[in-house]
Amino acid sequence: MGLGIRLCRWRRLLTRIDNPNPINPDEHLLTCDMIDSLVELPAQGTQSGVFDETDLLAQARTGDTRAFSGLISHYEGKIFRLAQHITQNREDAEDVLQETFLKAYEHLDQFQGNSKFYTWIVRIAVNQALMKLRKRKTDRSVSLDEGIDTGEDIMIREIAAWDEDPEQRYSRAELNEILDSAVQSLAPTYRAVFVLRDVEELSTEETAEALELSIPAVKSRLLRARLQLRDKLTSFFKRKGDDAFAYM
Amino acid sequence: MTPLLTCKEFLQELSEFLDETTDADIRAKLEKHTTECPNCWVICDTTKKTIKVFKGMQACAIPEDVHARLMAAMEKKNAAKVKA
Ligand SMILES: [Zn+2]
Repeated sequence: MGLGIRLCRWRRLLTRIDNPNPINPDEHLLTCDMIDSLVELPAQGTQSGVFDETDLLAQARTGDTRAFSGLISHYEGKIFRLAQHITQNREDAEDVLQETFLKAYEHLDQFQGNSKFYTWIVRIAVNQALMKLRKRKTDRSVSLDEGIDTGEDIMIREIAAWDEDPEQRYSRAELNEILDSAVQSLAPTYRAVFVLRDVEELSTEETAEALELSIPAVKSRLLRARLQLRDKLTSFFKRKGDDAFAYM
Repeated sequence: MTPLLTCKEFLQELSEFLDETTDADIRAKLEKHTTECPNCWVICDTTKKTIKVFKGMQACAIPEDVHARLMAAMEKKNAAKVKA
């Protein structure tokens, strides 16, 4: 259950307690989830309802493994998803996940605190994931900083309008498959930038830092990744009966 | 008089246009181009929808077994540390 949902339930629960005259008869029971959420919240390191990693980090630095577990719980889902996106392989992604947190724990004293903890572990995770890719394709080296490609032309294959909310044509599972295979079709260098910027929603600066790329390189790759994905998705999302092809 | 944008120039700026990080004067030129060029309007609109559909992707909760193995790996590491 996401923290957001948990908090939302918790708030609803508190409102109910505060409210002197309840009760909608079919709404007065606390579900196990609600009780759960009440009990679990402090363990998540959330006192005020907002995740604050400063204390957890300070405790983890002194060797407090429970505090570090709190950090893991907060970030493991994102790191696992990121690793799956880059490696495109569940087994590799799980290795990356473990290596990331083991390394982070081991080198916690090297974390300066002038970047976000999340950006720092993303950088570790991306490096581990790229190493996996390199191992898998021994014939082809995968590097994020090969050639900065600002000048070359941008390919547009098809120009066709999409429906509003075209994704609603597909089930959740179908949609995930479409999106995953589109991401998979990107070159690793574009894929990492796109996933960090548009899926994990890191800023351009954070992405540049995590991938050790220049800001223009991030911007240029993001543009190309977005346009390539747009091309891929057009075959799924274009307006029915609207087969206007055009070339530029 | 400001020179007109070519489609290529429009595409070069598209990402930042969609992220709303372009300067106001460039932004005005780009907006003007979308009203005058149907192709670029479509590319702009569909790229915007591309970004939106990926942002809406839900992070699945981490599978229980993956989480359990991660915690086991951490514990093993700690045990080794204590011994050392
Ligand atoms: Zn145009």
